[in-house]
Amino acid sequence: MSDLLDQNEEVQHLLMGNEAIARGALEAGVSVASGYPGTPSSEIIENLSRIARERNLYIEWSTNEKVALEVAAAASFANLRSLCAMKQNGVNVASDFLLHLGLSGTRGGMVLVTCDDPGALSSSNEGESRHFARMFEIPLLEPGDFQEAKDMTKWAFQLSEEIKNVVVVRSVTRVSHASGNVRLGKLPEVERHAEFKYHGPMLDSDVGPAESTPVGYKHSLQQEKIKKAREIFEESPFNTYLGPEKPELLIITSSAGNLYSIEAIDLLGIEDRVGLLKLGTTWPLPPKLLTRYLFTTDKIMIVEEVLPFLEENVKILAAEQAKEIGVKTFYGKNDGTIPMAGELNSDLVISALGTVLGIDYMAMSPEYERKLELPTLAVAPDRERTFCSGCPHRASFWSIHNALQMDNRKGFVCGDIGCYAMARLPCGFSTTKTLHAMGSGAGLANGFGKLAQFGMDQPVLAVCGDSTFFHAVIPALINAVHHKSNITLVVLDNSGTAMTGFQPHPGLTVNAMGDEVPSIDIARICEAIGAKTEIKDPFDLEETRKTVNRLIENDEGVKVLILQQSCALSPERKHEKKYEMRIDETLCLGENCGCNRLCTRIFRCPGLVWDKEKKKARIDEVICVGCGVCSYVCPVAAIKIEKTA
Amino acid sequence: MGKLQLSKDPYNIIITGVGGQGNVLGSRVLSNMLVRKGYYATIGETFGASQRGGSVMSHIRVSAKSTWSPQIPRGRADLIIALEPVEAIRVLMIYGNQKVMVLVNTRPIYPVGVIAGELEYPPLKDIKASVKELSSTALFIDATDEAIKLGNSILANIIMIGAASRILKLPIDREDFKEVILNTLPASKLDVNLKAFDMGASIMGQFPGRRQRKISEGRP
Repeated sequence: MSDLLDQNEEVQHLLMGNEAIARGALEAGVSVASGYPGTPSSEIIENLSRIARERNLYIEWSTNEKVALEVAAAASFANLRSLCAMKQNGVNVASDFLLHLGLSGTRGGMVLVTCDDPGALSSSNEGESRHFARMFEIPLLEPGDFQEAKDMTKWAFQLSEEIKNVVVVRSVTRVSHASGNVRLGKLPEVERHAEFKYHGPMLDSDVGPAESTPVGYKHSLQQEKIKKAREIFEESPFNTYLGPEKPELLIITSSAGNLYSIEAIDLLGIEDRVGLLKLGTTWPLPPKLLTRYLFTTDKIMIVEEVLPFLEENVKILAAEQAKEIGVKTFYGKNDGTIPMAGELNSDLVISALGTVLGIDYMAMSPEYERKLELPTLAVAPDRERTFCSGCPHRASFWSIHNALQMDNRKGFVCGDIGCYAMARLPCGFSTTKTLHAMGSGAGLANGFGKLAQFGMDQPVLAVCGDSTFFHAVIPALINAVHHKSNITLVVLDNSGTAMTGFQPHPGLTVNAMGDEVPSIDIARICEAIGAKTEIKDPFDLEETRKTVNRLIENDEGVKVLILQQSCALSPERKHEKKYEMRIDETLCLGENCGCNRLCTRIFRCPGLVWDKEKKKARIDEVICVGCGVCSYVCPVAAIKIEKTA
Repeated sequence: MGKLQLSKDPYNIIITGVGGQGNVLGSRVLSNMLVRKGYYATIGETFGASQRGGSVMSHIRVSAKSTWSPQIPRGRADLIIALEPVEAIRVLMIYGNQKVMVLVNTRPIYPVGVIAGELEYPPLKDIKASVKELSSTALFIDATDEAIKLGNSILANIIMIGAASRILKLPIDREDFKEVILNTLPASKLDVNLKAFDMGASIMGQFPGRRQRKISEGRP
């Protein structure tokens, strides 16, 4: 049985932040949850999907975040409790609906969980979703540890029903993807009946139509709701203070900054000098509570990640209360005490505290620091990220790259979001030259493909994955066909949302809960739109290369090439080794081969290494998954395929 | 929780390796064993994009008192379990100190830069000398080779956990391991994981002077 269904309230469980959020939703009696996969948010929906049957839930991996939010909102309108989960930039996608949802309000408790990625550990951006809460006038909660991730999520549903609007719970990688002890609460029996009531008066938000209009009325109503949230926040147990009555310095923090600050204060041994005000309710800020703590000292340091959201809001409040609390000195991002980009850690908070309070701190003894400088010390070589052994993307980009070389017209590929974003690195032969949002590869190619009238004669390609295709590429493709843009779109179809852990998408025959569902055929969509479409196996390097060359030479509009091959880590391929690979050392010419070690210097599969002693290529049998592709790379056919039984 | 004590609180463990070596599973199994005993365990880890052939690290903070930050501060590791040799060096450079103990799996996984001939992978004897220089205790185990004998190289992580169970000044026992594996993996995987755990523990028993320790220092 999943830990998430444990009814024993006495036991502490080790839960990942995302599991804690999922459990919190279960304890709140959630009925519907939806989302689009994105690190570090994916495990919320994933965990709920595994127990959907036992708990009579409806769980969905939606086509994109906007659709996901609409699906969750519909459940709320029908008086069910619902949750929607996404990563920070997913909120951008969902934001148009979120703006309107804030105006229409919600009925059954509805929570939007956004998991931000400070430091962009698994992202192509360092987006800050907290600003959406302020911009759209909806309440924002930020858990400061794992227990709070559960408790706060549960409470967010109650808050949502109290103020009749959606509530945002904002987590970060170091909460969502970290784990800690969580004491469980009660799992309720849920018996809510779904019904959308719309027969009441137009302006009645409970039994009338669910609409963002009339705007004047709905906007004022929304502002009453946020005022109510502000009052509730004054008494929230999620805002805590630790420290002396009159601290020399007051830290105001939220989220992971809480744990970093606790540790920094502990390591510096300044518990009697510094106060720590940890806020769980970060928008709107509770003014009375803040005034009370701002009053205790003149020096305030704000510890938070990415943009100075908390800092700016606290400063506004301090300005409004200046008469009462006096003039304060603020330390934070705006004055450079805390870095403006990248994620925080305890060391960065220690260094900030050290600067403000004039404390010297040595993380290592001078003797140990000297040892680290020893010239005899072995140096760990960088480990650049790469496609896995047996990854179809390596094969695909090998062929695309070679096709562009042979074509020799400075053609280029617009990249997109997924593992294949790494195609900009040597592992993908530095093939992609743009990288932005989901679907932006196709959109940018679209624009590049219309620049012939200004003299542009470079072949234009775009790549996208299968899940990305459904998420955001279709509108760009329609645009390209309709406007006769001259592009080649390569769909790298590896049968799943591979990067985030094989969540199903509309191209597959199962949904999040394991039910059989109709699959949507990418090739047929492309053809219906009017794009000339072909399907190939990227493991057939020569055929793929020839096809790409043929397509980019054809300058009549949109061509689509679908390269189908499952991800090497996919459940169906993971434990299967198709071939045993072997180097025929009598054939391998080593450095004397005219190929300049194409196998290892260029192809760069982690399973095919260079034996320095023998000066020959060697298969690392622990890493090699036996896809067989490298055998086509060697010009003297020294890499041998041996079929396994 | 009141009765639990640690010689150092929080006790900081780092499991490091290369994406795909079972870092995450290893850290979860070890931490779950400790939570069963009533401790707080906080794990911080990076996965997702960083998983694809890159260096990965799990930070485990063990405490009798509370949850800690999921990132160990610089210079504060107490035990490092390296599933790959150069990763031990990489971690020591940031989190090492005079007292740290290090367990190293000797099987290298070459970075693509090394495969391509752009970077040098240091000889194992240099890695060993450096790890010894930068730690109080350095133990080297051919965990991947032993795992292959058990039928699957991925079991190296569990062999390393079994080995760590003999030097950790924490209450780690086989029964907890068994329960945690049953809770984490399909029941069919239990036997081979138990074998791997036992193998790690017995390898550790073979180090001179260790046999005594595992009895006298098996508990905090």
